[in-house]
Amino acid sequence: MEIGEEAEVEETLKRIQSHKGVIGTMVVNAEGIPIRTTLDNSTTVQYAGLLHHLTMKAKSTVRDIDPQNDLTFLRIRSKKHEIMVAPDKEYLLIVIQNPCE
Amino acid sequence: KTPSQKKKKEKKRKQEEGHPEIYPLVLTTKTQEIFNCRIDEDITDEQPYKLINKEDIFEDLRNRAAVSDFHPVKKIVQEYPGNELLLVYDKDFKYGLNFYLIGTEEGKENYLNPPEVSEEQEEYKEYIPEDVYIYKPPVSKPWVSLGSEKEIEEESVTESTKQITYMISRKRSEFGAPIKFSDQNASSVKDAYIECTAYPDKNFTLKQLEKDVGMQVIPQIKDISTQTKWTYPKNATTQYYPREFSEEEKETLKQSKPLVDFLNNASISVEIALQQNEITNTFIDDWKHLAEEEGTFGDKTDTHLKEYQSFTDLHSPTEKMITCVSWHPTIYGLIAVSVAVRLSFEDRVHFSGKLLLQPSLILFWSFSDPIHPQLMLESPDDIFCFKFCPSDPNIIAGGCINGQIVMWDITAHADRIENVKAGGSRSKKATLKPMFLLEPESNKEAMYIRHCAVSSIENGHKKVITDIHWLSDTFEINRMGSVFENRSGICCQLVTCSADCTICFWDIRPQKPLTPQTTEKKKEESIEIPFDVPSTFLHLDLSWKPLTKVRLSKGETSLDHCPTKISLKEDHLLCKTQDKVLAQSKTAKAEEMNPYHNLESRMPNLLKPIDDFCTKFFVGTEEGEVIYTDWKMEKDPETGRLMPKKPVSLHTIHDGIVHTIQRSPFYDDIILTVGGWNVAIWKESVMTGPLLQSCCAPKRYTSGHWSLTRPGVFYIGREDGYIDIWDLLEKTHEPAQSQNICITMITCIKPWIFSPKQQFIAIADYYGTLHILEIPWTLSRPSTNEMTSINHYFEREVKHLEYVEQRKKIREQEKKEMEQEMAKKKVKIYQKSKEQMEAELKMDYESYLELEKTVLINLGLIRVTEKGSYSDVM
Repeated sequence: MEIGEEAEVEETLKRIQSHKGVIGTMVVNAEGIPIRTTLDNSTTVQYAGLLHHLTMKAKSTVRDIDPQNDLTFLRIRSKKHEIMVAPDKEYLLIVIQNPCE
Repeated sequence: KTPSQKKKKEKKRKQEEGHPEIYPLVLTTKTQEIFNCRIDEDITDEQPYKLINKEDIFEDLRNRAAVSDFHPVKKIVQEYPGNELLLVYDKDFKYGLNFYLIGTEEGKENYLNPPEVSEEQEEYKEYIPEDVYIYKPPVSKPWVSLGSEKEIEEESVTESTKQITYMISRKRSEFGAPIKFSDQNASSVKDAYIECTAYPDKNFTLKQLEKDVGMQVIPQIKDISTQTKWTYPKNATTQYYPREFSEEEKETLKQSKPLVDFLNNASISVEIALQQNEITNTFIDDWKHLAEEEGTFGDKTDTHLKEYQSFTDLHSPTEKMITCVSWHPTIYGLIAVSVAVRLSFEDRVHFSGKLLLQPSLILFWSFSDPIHPQLMLESPDDIFCFKFCPSDPNIIAGGCINGQIVMWDITAHADRIENVKAGGSRSKKATLKPMFLLEPESNKEAMYIRHCAVSSIENGHKKVITDIHWLSDTFEINRMGSVFENRSGICCQLVTCSADCTICFWDIRPQKPLTPQTTEKKKEESIEIPFDVPSTFLHLDLSWKPLTKVRLSKGETSLDHCPTKISLKEDHLLCKTQDKVLAQSKTAKAEEMNPYHNLESRMPNLLKPIDDFCTKFFVGTEEGEVIYTDWKMEKDPETGRLMPKKPVSLHTIHDGIVHTIQRSPFYDDIILTVGGWNVAIWKESVMTGPLLQSCCAPKRYTSGHWSLTRPGVFYIGREDGYIDIWDLLEKTHEPAQSQNICITMITCIKPWIFSPKQQFIAIADYYGTLHILEIPWTLSRPSTNEMTSINHYFEREVKHLEYVEQRKKIREQEKKEMEQEMAKKKVKIYQKSKEQMEAELKMDYESYLELEKTVLINLGLIRVTEKGSYSDVM
């Protein structure tokens, strides 16, 4: 049972990582501490810390405007790549992709 | 009396009473002189009076009697008690005349010492009122009540009850005694306290029915204050490390259900987003991407090659032509040119004696000196082609007209040519200056450098070597033509092709001596070498044999193909040499050991063979054929000898000698062939025909080269001195541009890149002049996506060829069918019956008779009226 779930986690993350142009994937808990990552440690920690704050801010912004609304997805498009954040109550899934062909 | 009269009188009275002593006088100037009271001289403003003696006045009266001014006041003067009278100058004419005399002593005193009181009294006396107020002190009267004591009584505070007074006393003995206090619960002792409990009394409870309250809106105010204490400023830093999970925690978390659920949910939206990005880039600005790259250097409309410099050897006695041009791979501005005598074969034979005396040269020209070549390499005979060694630019190999290969080693003179820069005035070191600026000793003689080695005459080529190439340093071949890896890291093998229909592979490393006999023989026949020639290739000199020979035979006939140019696969000598050579020269300098000076002999047994190496190459021949063949030898089953393989494909495309076969610097498998009057582009894997074949040009093409930076551009030189610039993106049926360079045939074209902004093209002509032109921006800079466009073009052409092939087959089939149809039809015709044919013949004959008759009548040879059968008339 546990092994199956663990394999599922691995398989999902692998599937995401194998998409075209994906540079890195990471799973972060609600406090910004990384759980799983495909990048090196220092980069992961930096991304986790910064994006955690940004996600909280975005979430509070959405809820301030309309308390019945909630943040479902956050995409940051920059010149070089795109950062996607899928927030949840307890975790954050962060994916960095290079969309240019 | 009227008030005015009264006042006058008062005034008069005042005068008389107040000042009864004043007697105005007029004093003439004579009198003034007599009494020394001249105005403004004796009598000034400060002292407007003079005391005059009475007797003086009497004397004056006696002298002048009635004329004297004092006459009117004679009596007063007589009655004057004192001795001196006061005479005052009345400046303002207050009393009517300019002087006045004071008649009494008191007046005199008053005037001289005027008391102040008298003035006040005078003033005061003027404003005396009529009624005089007399002060009376108040007298007390009995009080009359007006009703105010009631209010006072009401408002005053009086004691309503009598005050109770208690007197508490203590025994005197207890005074001063120590006091003891103790606690006692009040409720435990009886009557210790009297209680007055509160109770609600209905009489006194008031029900408030109305309340009047005042309200005011004020802003919310919050007051906060703190106090800080900052004794002295100092920097504060914080060092932290991020919180991380340990490995075990990560593992446990991974297996937790919430994480799995979360990932399953989140991955859906994440994958949608990822796929969105893969499908299309929504942020792309199509308009911006449509434009061409900006930032052009130079004029965009300028498409002509600009003349930069030209070199001619002015010292040679005979007329020369340039046979081959090569830029120095590393040094900027240095170009080497091989010159040959411009004579036909018969003339050569005729003048062979004279020609022997003149040296055949390769000249090194530099941009800084257009008159004197920097170096001159000597060779036994005219060089028709030469190449710098890619791994070491100081080694040069050249092919001679007599079939020998000549090797030079200019390492000793390398520093001489390295310091030469284009535009010598810019360099600061003591570099090579033009000859006329230097002292006569140095640089006076032209640097003739003798060759180091020549190949063996008997074993090498028998006719002129038309092309020479260095094999890449990544592989080497053995006698069979099999490919092995090259461990030495340098280019050590050459390939040459010659007009004697052979292609030879050479190795510059020393061969292991086969038998001791040969070495002894060599020792006996050792030739004295001049001391200034490096001994790099001493082992090769005059004994150099080729490694393998490949004969291009045409099958059974004795006539063979005569190769003019070959093109091997790894022929990247054009642009990538620079990086490679620089890297290698650096390592060589670090080791201080030139690998070419320590050539080791080959070790064929120890090398690893390279599998699936393409040993095929293109050959262009004198007859205009393009042959794609293999250099690997195979054993002939019948004779057991090593035989070269048959060519893979052969195409006769060109009408004349193929003088250029060149691979594109951008594509490994695209080859340009120029020969005769047309140009062809081939793809290596497509053997059905060329991708592009141009139609016949008006003038013969004599030279060609790809552009080094633009994949679709190549340069063709013509026999009338024009250069045609072809641009495949612009036009594929004719050149895009044509420019005149010189008046005679162009023999060689070599472009070269010095910097991204500066590209030159060297064009050599038949008269021995080398022209250096600068390639303009438009021809050197590829447009965006040029490579992909050319790729697409070639792919289209390949598809077109395939289509043509298929169509050929279909056409053949159709042709067959048509022929069958035709055959059937013909058979049908011949099946007509005999009778019908006879009938037809008869009818034809009769109509012919009629025709004959009409013709004869028309001609007048038969008279119709005279002759004629009655049957006809009737």
